[in-house]
Amino acid sequence: MKRRIMKGTIFYVLSTILVITWMLPFFIAFFTSLKSMDEIMIGKGWWYPPKAWKWDNYKTAWVDANMKRYFLNSFIITVPSVLGALFVSSLSAFALSWYEFRLNKPILMIFVGGMLIPFQMLLIPVYRFSVNTGLYDTYLGVILFHIAFQTGFCTFFLRNFMLTIPKSLFEAAKIDGAGDFMIYRKIIMPLVVPALAALGILEFTWIWNDYLWSLVLIQSDRIKPVTLGLANLQGQWITSWNIIAAASILAALVPIFVFLVFQRYFIEGLTMGSVKE
Amino acid sequence: MKRRWWVPYAFLALPLTMYVIWVIIPIFQTFVFSFTDWDGVSPTYHFIGFENYKEIFSDPYFMLSLKNNIKWLLAFVLLSVPAGLGVAILLDQKFPGGKVYKTMMYLPMTLSFVVIGQIWSWILEPKYGALNTFLRTIGLSNLAKPWLSDPGVVTYALIAAASWRQIAYAMVLFLAGLKNVPRDLVEAAYVDGANSWQRFWYVILPLLRPAMVIAITVSVIDSLRAFDIVYVLTRGGPFYSSSVLANYMYIQSFHNYRMGFGASIAVVQFLITFGFILLYLLNVFKREEKF
Repeated sequence: MKRRIMKGTIFYVLSTILVITWMLPFFIAFFTSLKSMDEIMIGKGWWYPPKAWKWDNYKTAWVDANMKRYFLNSFIITVPSVLGALFVSSLSAFALSWYEFRLNKPILMIFVGGMLIPFQMLLIPVYRFSVNTGLYDTYLGVILFHIAFQTGFCTFFLRNFMLTIPKSLFEAAKIDGAGDFMIYRKIIMPLVVPALAALGILEFTWIWNDYLWSLVLIQSDRIKPVTLGLANLQGQWITSWNIIAAASILAALVPIFVFLVFQRYFIEGLTMGSVKE
Repeated sequence: MKRRWWVPYAFLALPLTMYVIWVIIPIFQTFVFSFTDWDGVSPTYHFIGFENYKEIFSDPYFMLSLKNNIKWLLAFVLLSVPAGLGVAILLDQKFPGGKVYKTMMYLPMTLSFVVIGQIWSWILEPKYGALNTFLRTIGLSNLAKPWLSDPGVVTYALIAAASWRQIAYAMVLFLAGLKNVPRDLVEAAYVDGANSWQRFWYVILPLLRPAMVIAITVSVIDSLRAFDIVYVLTRGGPFYSSSVLANYMYIQSFHNYRMGFGASIAVVQFLITFGFILLYLLNVFKREEKF
């Protein structure tokens, strides 16, 4: 009994130290975001709480550093991209999971193979395509690219989920005379809602956090998403760590909030997509 | 009932068209560009045969980037994966507050590399940065370094920042894998007198094999994809000392307007990754046979 209590205590101490160390960067960012630059430059140490809590820094980041605009842009880009990717890939997943046809496996292979290709292979032609079609530096250009690019993973993910739905359901509906599109819309789609939720959460985080593709496909400040805006602060606000810290925390809030609320779906999605046996 | 052969193709029309335009055709175009001198701006370009590839292998910065990628790969596979496994095993038990602990460990995984980069930029800053201030306070000021401008350590500093996220990711995969380890099996081993190390090595670890394969594959692919955090924190500098292939390719293509040369770097990287992609595909399609 005594040994058990000992063990329990050691475990608690160990895991608590671990978690606190792990969270340190967040604390550092948080404290920094609430200090004045003078206080930071004294170099007294980041572990001291701010002398005067300067919540104004967040206002500066939001208004003067234009995080407000970048936030809006991130939503304008992310929401349609996620919905679009889910819709488009639900079509292909349906075709690949419910129909037997000669090109089934080769097409699946194309989707899966494409999702693993290093992104550098796409960078130059996608940039060129965007410039040539007038999609460069527009919301639509980035959104369409995200939808297309994510279709590989989403198709693979949804197809695997759809395969777990009993075939008899499909056959029964067919005998009742339901058309193919009707089966897709009325029978299969309602059943894949949990998978769509998990996938949607995952995709939301990924697209919200995207930096590279916005860097390549966007130029104007007025349509830049949060990631790009935040990276640009380094130039203009380089000496204002507190403002950059506040902006970073603002940028982190959305994915953290989504994660905390939908944690179960997030983890499920991440593991379903990979460990699925 | 008559089967209409075109039905699946009708469903595939939109997804496949989009995928072909933005993913499949570009892959082939990159191969073509890699044999040209295209500058990214001119409407025309010339085919120059294997010139770009010849240049690559005599380019010291390319070699440096490749070497750094290997460092990333080794660190991710040999440090992040075992660390993720360790944390997963530690936290995989029911205890009050366990859920909160796990959630906090997950958090870095939800952040973009730009945010991670910003946070770590003032941890690693030489004068007022958190790490150096801490080292000086505990009397280890000789260990304090300009982490991001010392060519000798900058890559390791970047890897450390990226690992913050990578370890959390590996942990998620292992915690999911541990759910498939039957408790009674571990308890049976305990009753049979196996100590905790033996239980881990002979019972738990073999059952974690699938999770391990995934964690390693993901880490390898991620290490070769590293870009954002390098670009945000150092742009590959100072003097390319922290450059990785993705970063070098981007700089050559979009800063120096050498898209033909950039394309050939992408192709080389593709060929390096190709083995792993093949391995993954084989793994997936071997399982398919079972359906």
